[in-house]
Amino acid sequence: MAALFEGSTLCALSVAQNSTESGIQGIELHGDDDHVVVTNSSRSVTVYKVSDQKPLGNWTVKQGQSITCPAVYNSKTREYVVVTDNKVIRIWTDDDINIDKTFRATVSSNVWRVHSALDQEPVVLFHTGAVRLLDALLAEPQQNVEVILREEEIIRWSTLVTSGKQQWILYVTELKGEHFIHVQNVGDSRRAAYRVEGAGFAPLSFSATPRSGNLNILSLYPDGCVYVSMVPMRLPVVAERQVLALPRTLLLRLPLAEGEGALVSASAVPLDAAHVAVVGVPHPSAGAGKDYLCIWNTNFQTLQAGKEIAGKIYGQLWCYSGKLYVPHGKALSVIPFECQKSSLAAALGKLKQSGGCESTPPFPLPLWGAAVSEEVSASGMATRRNKMTRKSQGAPTISVDQLIEQIKTGSEEEVQKGVASFLSKSDLPGLQLAVGSLARALVSRSLAEPSFYPHKVLVQLVHTQCLCHSGCPELLTLALEKKDFALCQFCLQVFPDIPEAVTCACLKVLLSTPDSELEAVTLETDSVAFVEGLSAVTAQEEKQKDGEETQQNGFTMVTVTAPPEDGSGNTRHTHQRKPKLAMSLDITRPVGLYRAVLLNEILQTPYSDTFLLPHLKDLTAPQVILFLQYLQFLYVKYYHDINTQVPALRSPTMSQIIDWVCLLVDAHFTILVMAPEAKELLAGLHSFVRAQMKLFTDLGKIEGSLQALKKAKQSRDNSQYSIEVIELF
Amino acid sequence: MGEFKVHRVRFFDYMPSGIRTIAFNRQTERIAVARMDGSVEIFKLSDNLFQEKVIPGKEQRGIEALCWVGERLFSAGLSGEIMEFDLHSLRPKFIIDAYGGPIWTITANPAGTHLAVGCEDGTVKLFEVLEDRIQFERNLDRKKGRVMSLSWHPSGTRIAAGMMDMIRVFDVQTGHVLHRLLVDKAVGAPRNQECVVWSVVFLSDNTVISGDSSGRVKVWDTITGTLIKNHDVTKWDVLALSLSQDETSFVAGTSEGTVVQFQFLSSVLGQEDKEWVRTRTFKNHTHDVRSVAEVESAIISGGMDTQLVVRPLLEKHEVKSQASALRTVQFPHRRLVSCAKKAQLLLFQYPSHLDLWRLGESEGEAVPGHRLPVRRNPEKLLQLKTKGEEHVCCSAVSPCGGWLAYSTSSSLRLYKLHYENNNISITKVSKLPKVLRSAQQLCFSADSTHLFAASTRSSIHMVSLSPDNCKHKHTFKPKTGSTQPIHLLTVSEDGQWLATANSDCEIHIYSLSSLKSHCTVPVYRSGVSAMAIHPTTNNLVMTHADQQVFEFSIEQKQYTNWSRKVQREGLHRKWMERDTPITNVTFNPRNPTHIILHDMYMFCVIDQSLPLPDRQSQFYNQLTLKSLPEQERQMHCHAFKVCKLFQPLLCVDMLEDDSLVVVERSLLDITAQLPAPVKQKKFAT
Repeated sequence: MAALFEGSTLCALSVAQNSTESGIQGIELHGDDDHVVVTNSSRSVTVYKVSDQKPLGNWTVKQGQSITCPAVYNSKTREYVVVTDNKVIRIWTDDDINIDKTFRATVSSNVWRVHSALDQEPVVLFHTGAVRLLDALLAEPQQNVEVILREEEIIRWSTLVTSGKQQWILYVTELKGEHFIHVQNVGDSRRAAYRVEGAGFAPLSFSATPRSGNLNILSLYPDGCVYVSMVPMRLPVVAERQVLALPRTLLLRLPLAEGEGALVSASAVPLDAAHVAVVGVPHPSAGAGKDYLCIWNTNFQTLQAGKEIAGKIYGQLWCYSGKLYVPHGKALSVIPFECQKSSLAAALGKLKQSGGCESTPPFPLPLWGAAVSEEVSASGMATRRNKMTRKSQGAPTISVDQLIEQIKTGSEEEVQKGVASFLSKSDLPGLQLAVGSLARALVSRSLAEPSFYPHKVLVQLVHTQCLCHSGCPELLTLALEKKDFALCQFCLQVFPDIPEAVTCACLKVLLSTPDSELEAVTLETDSVAFVEGLSAVTAQEEKQKDGEETQQNGFTMVTVTAPPEDGSGNTRHTHQRKPKLAMSLDITRPVGLYRAVLLNEILQTPYSDTFLLPHLKDLTAPQVILFLQYLQFLYVKYYHDINTQVPALRSPTMSQIIDWVCLLVDAHFTILVMAPEAKELLAGLHSFVRAQMKLFTDLGKIEGSLQALKKAKQSRDNSQYSIEVIELF
Repeated sequence: MGEFKVHRVRFFDYMPSGIRTIAFNRQTERIAVARMDGSVEIFKLSDNLFQEKVIPGKEQRGIEALCWVGERLFSAGLSGEIMEFDLHSLRPKFIIDAYGGPIWTITANPAGTHLAVGCEDGTVKLFEVLEDRIQFERNLDRKKGRVMSLSWHPSGTRIAAGMMDMIRVFDVQTGHVLHRLLVDKAVGAPRNQECVVWSVVFLSDNTVISGDSSGRVKVWDTITGTLIKNHDVTKWDVLALSLSQDETSFVAGTSEGTVVQFQFLSSVLGQEDKEWVRTRTFKNHTHDVRSVAEVESAIISGGMDTQLVVRPLLEKHEVKSQASALRTVQFPHRRLVSCAKKAQLLLFQYPSHLDLWRLGESEGEAVPGHRLPVRRNPEKLLQLKTKGEEHVCCSAVSPCGGWLAYSTSSSLRLYKLHYENNNISITKVSKLPKVLRSAQQLCFSADSTHLFAASTRSSIHMVSLSPDNCKHKHTFKPKTGSTQPIHLLTVSEDGQWLATANSDCEIHIYSLSSLKSHCTVPVYRSGVSAMAIHPTTNNLVMTHADQQVFEFSIEQKQYTNWSRKVQREGLHRKWMERDTPITNVTFNPRNPTHIILHDMYMFCVIDQSLPLPDRQSQFYNQLTLKSLPEQERQMHCHAFKVCKLFQPLLCVDMLEDDSLVVVERSLLDITAQLPAPVKQKKFAT
């Protein structure tokens, strides 16, 4: 559903009594979303910050001059461009205070409009229909401009449409009651003219948007009909003065109240592919009166949102970056809106997505179970593009339901194939649901049938990043049960919502599994490299130590004997060293490489300490000591290697390590105090904390002298006497 | 326009004295302000708050209260004496002892026939005001406890006296006490601590309002002798009260630096019974507000933080104008620095000593906006302590640096200075002509051969100087017969002309060659804040307290064309909106079209050859001009080149070597030297 939000007043309008003009010539975007340039029909141009409803700058031309074209902002050069008295182009910047003292150039022919798109050179459209780029025009302001329009043909409306690097100028002209649309490509100056169908009625408003290779031109007629016409972006080669016919299709018929005449001042603006905002039309359920701003869905011809607008409506409406600008009564209002793609549209395949948003993860659907179990079929959801990919694969289409049925009975290979082909259509909306139900089906079968464990399929599903713990609660437990640590790592990385109990269970399993069992596991390389890097630093340190005793940052080393090795030991990755030599700075990694990698993942999972603490108490004393030793190892490494940081995408932060140490000591303090083997560990941690505190007190001591240095610098500026040179202008 | 070398001087430790009391004269719209050092300043409220007169202070004078009787100004202080000031000669007219110990307060009855003083010994003494003196009449019944504050009933038949722990209401006729109103101590105050009634106000409906040291404002009914209303205003003292003329509003000044307004309003709209309601609080002071005065449309307040604040009551102003803006007076409106242009010396005037400094020297060149390396540091050559208790009222150093003169209100001293290499010796000129008893303003001629001293009755004595003999040459007297004090003196560079300005806004020009009065400049309604004679054209440039600038050709005895143009086109709005007067005018010897002016926040070079700024043009345009390319500047520049780089300014002058000297005094430094304000609890302290 689309929605209109509470609006705010940007500025007041200076409108004469009973005037049909709003006093606003135009509103243009100012580089970013939050600033607009408002051109007053009198003589002034104002820049507003929309979120603050605050004017940031205002420029007024002299009395006697008038602004004949809305000011535009050239975001490339950060300049404003306006035309006064039809022929004088003025350019100024934010720093200029007086517009009269800024750059101006007089051109040879009357200018209709200057149009500007973001990061593009502004384009000047003359009354004669000629089009020039601003810089080319200013290079020779008095250059002759060709006459394109016929006699008495006058421009009614114009716009600039941008798609990629290309720009098109569209303008509507009127000649003897007939309307023509002229389109000109700014780059290659190809042009074409079209006759608008349906003479008789004069359209109230136009607007144009680029859409999949065409320029869609929306026009609103006084009888409440909104028509759309399409002009190809690749303009046809036509003879001079040849006018093509332009077919139009009825997009929307706005209901007009009985007895009320035709619309007088109304305007329509397309918001996205399916929504149109209309101002100055009656609300179908609110009776007479035309003081409404409505958003219509053109796909379903339904009214999505409506808002009564107080005061007179001038038939002007602009839409920039999620906000509608409506002058009404004596104020210019800014009304934010939102157009969500309605799920019905998505479900019925009416929604054509226009690139860009396909890569983002699908949005959640409100009805999880229902949406999947209902008759929503994969083929129904497929878009044209998906059909093509499917054709190229040559695989038959299967729905989620079919796939689940297949999972229940099929062999591992079949299941893998089915899922792979299903996932290739990754741009499906509602993939999250499908993946969740697939995973649930897989896990429930694996639990029921111990021989069935589709590791690859599960990894694939987790990799879609559409799965979370609550979507399939048994998955992680299953992986632990099957000792599938690779899957565990992925889950720990991907799932944002692992309960603390499960995290603790993982931890427990990891701490109790011997390193030898973990060697066969293939883990994500980046994290492995990180732990290896840490160990390499240890080796380097050892080498240095052999040569000479180096100290970094004047840090006094605290002697701690190496922690006892875990029962099974690890000969491949840890350096076996004599305990008596071991200093705190080059302690050996107490756990194996792969275990360390997995423990790091656990350290990085989100948790809440209140919930984690009771579960931590389930760990046994040896597990706690081992984990603490590992944490101490990490801490020492981090502390020591502040300048030799190992680069890694994912690594536990210092504060995560400290938090875990605190939690662990909190949970098992009594046990740790009693256990003789933990004594040295605790003493080591204690001495480390002491060393840290000493460092900080020392830093505190020199604070005074640092501040004195700062003050000394200031006082020089406050000297009693100086001889300076100033210049007056 | 050009570059200037600027000596930026910040070693003048000017320290204003705290304001002790304020008295407002409704008839003449003048504010008399007494400071802690015993000096009294007269400000004219209607003339842009211009400081018209300064009566120099004296050690141990300690004025506690001021009182206007018509145009006469009386003061009383802790010395126990009552003094009347001669506002023409700017010194005490007479002093009489009240014989009651230190006097805390003095007030005149509404008719202006009697003065009542409150003494330390508990007496209220009545003095009759006579034509040229005052005469003791009688004591009211003597009670124990000092009398801190007094207020006459508008009928003049009763007096309310604020004392320790109580207020007494006296019948003037009989001298007996009618009522004794007990004021209770602050909550939690020690038993032996008295409650001081700092201020009382007697209203015509027999209401007495009091402000006391427990921080309360109390409203009493003196017919029944009962307390009507109590307002807890502050945790500290309420030091001063002032009632508006129509008795519908009064203000109270507190130790917290706030001024609180109370108004007589009915609590229910449209009903008759009114009561005093606390309405507004103004905080314009950092320290104790020792005195307040509510005038027609503003509140005047002053206190320990040395500044005089005029806070307009906005409901009484219909349009936004200069009168509706907050005004503060921080610096005196006259010069305390004199500059020896040739010798590059600066003379700083402190209340009881003078400092003579030699400016430093620089070397090399620097680009604009940068500092030059200082080759020689400035040097304090001399500190001259004054003799006696009286404070210096004026001082001057001759352009060559060879003479130095200062005057107190009773004596004038002249010194000859000798420089030998780095030594300086000073000799007092002992035999001064008899006429040079004292001076209100001093000035040396450009060639340092003559001294001009403005004396009483607007007369100027001209004395020729030579090392061994000083001779009185002539005394100039104004034709108009004005006796107002002269506050500005200036001599032309060629020694031909002397111009004087007095407090009647008169400017007299005397010819020094013929020793005659030359002419009088047409009197303008606003006080002259600064003036100087142009060295080459001999035009007199005058600035007034209302920010107008005039140029008068002495030789042709008429305003110059430029001056007429200024009047015709009008000065720019931004120029008129400045709230401190121009305090010095000087000229650029390099470029005769330049006039250099300064006020407290800027100095300005007026280039008479350039067009005046019109209404639309940007007045403060230095930054704009700086950003423009050379050729476009011509289009945008106008006559007023304002520089705000240096502020607050006490003096800007041009030396003979074309360098400027600016004397700055940071307001922060002044605040830092003030005693600590009362402690106030803030959040989390």
